[in-house]
Amino acid sequence: MSQNVTPEATSRRNFLKRFGVTVGAAGAVTSLGLLSACATDDDEMVTLLTTDGKTVQVPKSQMKVNLKEMEERGREGIPGKKFVMVIDLSKCRNARKCMRACQGAHHLKPEQHHINVLRMENDERAGFYYQPKPCQHCDNPPCTKVCPVDATFKRQDGIVLIDNERCIGCRFCIAACPYSARVFNWSEPKYVEGDENRVYDIELNVPQKKGTVTKCLFSADRLRIGKLPYCVSACENGVYWFGDANEDAVTNGTSKETIRLSTLLEENAAYTLMPELGTKPSVYYLPPKNRLFKYKYDEENDDWMKQHESKEGLES
Amino acid sequence: MSEIKKQNDDAIMEKIRKDLLHHLPTRPLAFKLWVGFLLTIIGVALWGYVIQFNEGLAVTGMRDYVSWGLYIASFVFFVAVALVGMLLSAVVGLLKQKWITPLSRIAEMIALAFVMMAGIIIVVDMGRPERLLNVFIYGRFQSPIVWDITVVQVYILISFLLLFLPMLPDLGIIRNHMKNDLPKWQWKLYNILSLGWVGTPGQYKIMHSTIRVLLILIVPVALGIHTVTSWLSAMTLRAGWDSTIFGPYYVTGAFVAGTGAVAVATYFIRRAYHLEEYITDYHFDKLGQLMVLVSLVYLYFNLNEFWVPAYKMKTADAHHIHTLFSLDGEYGVMFYLTQLFGLILPIIFGLFKRFRKPFPMMIIGVSLVVGAWFKRVIIIIPTLIHAYLPIQNVPESFHEYNPTGLEITVTLGVIAVAVLIVTILAKLFPVVPLWEIAEEKGVDIERNL
Repeated sequence: MSQNVTPEATSRRNFLKRFGVTVGAAGAVTSLGLLSACATDDDEMVTLLTTDGKTVQVPKSQMKVNLKEMEERGREGIPGKKFVMVIDLSKCRNARKCMRACQGAHHLKPEQHHINVLRMENDERAGFYYQPKPCQHCDNPPCTKVCPVDATFKRQDGIVLIDNERCIGCRFCIAACPYSARVFNWSEPKYVEGDENRVYDIELNVPQKKGTVTKCLFSADRLRIGKLPYCVSACENGVYWFGDANEDAVTNGTSKETIRLSTLLEENAAYTLMPELGTKPSVYYLPPKNRLFKYKYDEENDDWMKQHESKEGLES
Repeated sequence: MSEIKKQNDDAIMEKIRKDLLHHLPTRPLAFKLWVGFLLTIIGVALWGYVIQFNEGLAVTGMRDYVSWGLYIASFVFFVAVALVGMLLSAVVGLLKQKWITPLSRIAEMIALAFVMMAGIIIVVDMGRPERLLNVFIYGRFQSPIVWDITVVQVYILISFLLLFLPMLPDLGIIRNHMKNDLPKWQWKLYNILSLGWVGTPGQYKIMHSTIRVLLILIVPVALGIHTVTSWLSAMTLRAGWDSTIFGPYYVTGAFVAGTGAVAVATYFIRRAYHLEEYITDYHFDKLGQLMVLVSLVYLYFNLNEFWVPAYKMKTADAHHIHTLFSLDGEYGVMFYLTQLFGLILPIIFGLFKRFRKPFPMMIIGVSLVVGAWFKRVIIIIPTLIHAYLPIQNVPESFHEYNPTGLEITVTLGVIAVAVLIVTILAKLFPVVPLWEIAEEKGVDIERNL
């Protein structure tokens, strides 16, 4: 995946290194932001923690993360890329590490799934298999078509994002999505410490906002710094391949092995979900053949909601 | 004009004025109680909405799968009822049917009130109502919602003009004759609204040609508003909505709902304001015939909408059909009751002349309107319950849709506002157009009546 680092991402990193700060208040882990350059003399100084564990004093005005700039960058996407995901169903055993990592990263409640591992049964005689279902990041997305305010949109790198600073909460996109990939913040979202003062990151969709739609973002924030998505990295069973269709290369989230996308798809008879609807998904599935694990289904213990009633803070 | 003719005309006019304007200054107890009743519902609903605004839409029964509920169903219902303005005034009126004269203003009042509430309930359904202006700032013309907002606004404007312009001669009459009978503010209101109407032939000419243009214009706009409303569903890939006949299916359904609403409103307004001499059994008979006609057309579209997918039983359609057709399906009972009371029985009763009388028509109208509302629920919600992919790893409440008391209250509140608007319009303004009645009675109306 390291070859996926864009020049833009690299220069951003250098930029941050030059200042020698991670963005965000001391102690709090926050996402990316841009520092504005000018500082005035009578500026209040803020203590920040650097990457190598030292504290530095930085004028407060430089701390400002520019929402507008982040939104523009987020809407543009990463030039020259076409992100794809390949999900190998023969390896999924419903470990749900992806779901937990995702809900943790995006500050989601247990019932809010950007990625949901479904127990699928195509035919009674064929038995069942587990199918992780993120947003399909369609090339012909039914959801972005219907949005009245351009709050959800498709970027040049193939990712479908949502701007919850603009979303009016009409939920037309939820009705339009045949994959049920979108969820809504029906009440106050789950806040993680530090969310109150945090500038909205369109590529992470954090902080979540009441009355707006949220969905899988292919972890656009991670892609910008050349990392694999949260779910892909969290999987222990090698289910996920992620990469760039333009480079024809995908990397496995577990083994970190990088291979040709076209070969992987051809050799394994890959397919997409509901191709008859003409949505042209960016997520491919490899059939659940030669399964790595014996599937078992335990109705009691596999109940996701019950797991969350019994213990809190699963997003560790 | 001969003096005898003039005296004769004046006598007729005096009777018409007495019959049709007597309710303007009065505020009887029944009226006050009715308005108070509506205001109480509206007050409770407002309180409910404030809770919803603060807590979020979680206070409703909607969740991630059934993400549209009573509000959107009621939105479709409001637009449907509002279409009657176009049906009666424009379609039937342009066909030169005289019987609509005393009914057309009631139809326009209903149209205006209900289409405004269609706009309001959309805002009630929004997760972020304070961002409404985003639709104008960032509006994209690819989205059916933007089409819908555009046509709803145009329809509100034309409906208003179609209510207001034909009322100008009446307002002139009130201004001329009722200065001493009315409270000062009320007379001033008519004085301003009459826009200096004195009834010259030139004024009538402008009014007639304007109304004619509007009557023609409202036909495509009304077709547009309800077709676009149907497209909010039909433009998606969902089984149950993914239908090519949704436009005409909605439009014909709207005519049924609207005719029912006019029958109910006309019945009660006629009783309250003693208009029996002007709105007679004949008018209810004609309205009943129209009701049967539009219901038969709607029945035909229902047949196409349900029978065609039910014959083929494609997987996703089959789930939907089972939900509706099977008595143990989630919406089976509601489906059959709705089709029975909202369509079949009204057609059967409407075929007989003895049921096309005021009281039976009112009962049929109530049945049609209530049926129409439930039909909208059946169109919107069962489709959403059956997503293409299984619903898993979510709480039990996500699998179905049970509207909360608060949601029902807020919905009733918006309906109450629509009824209140009709009530107040019918109280403040002459329900039956005086000048048109006078014209029919042979009065020379081209003067300052």
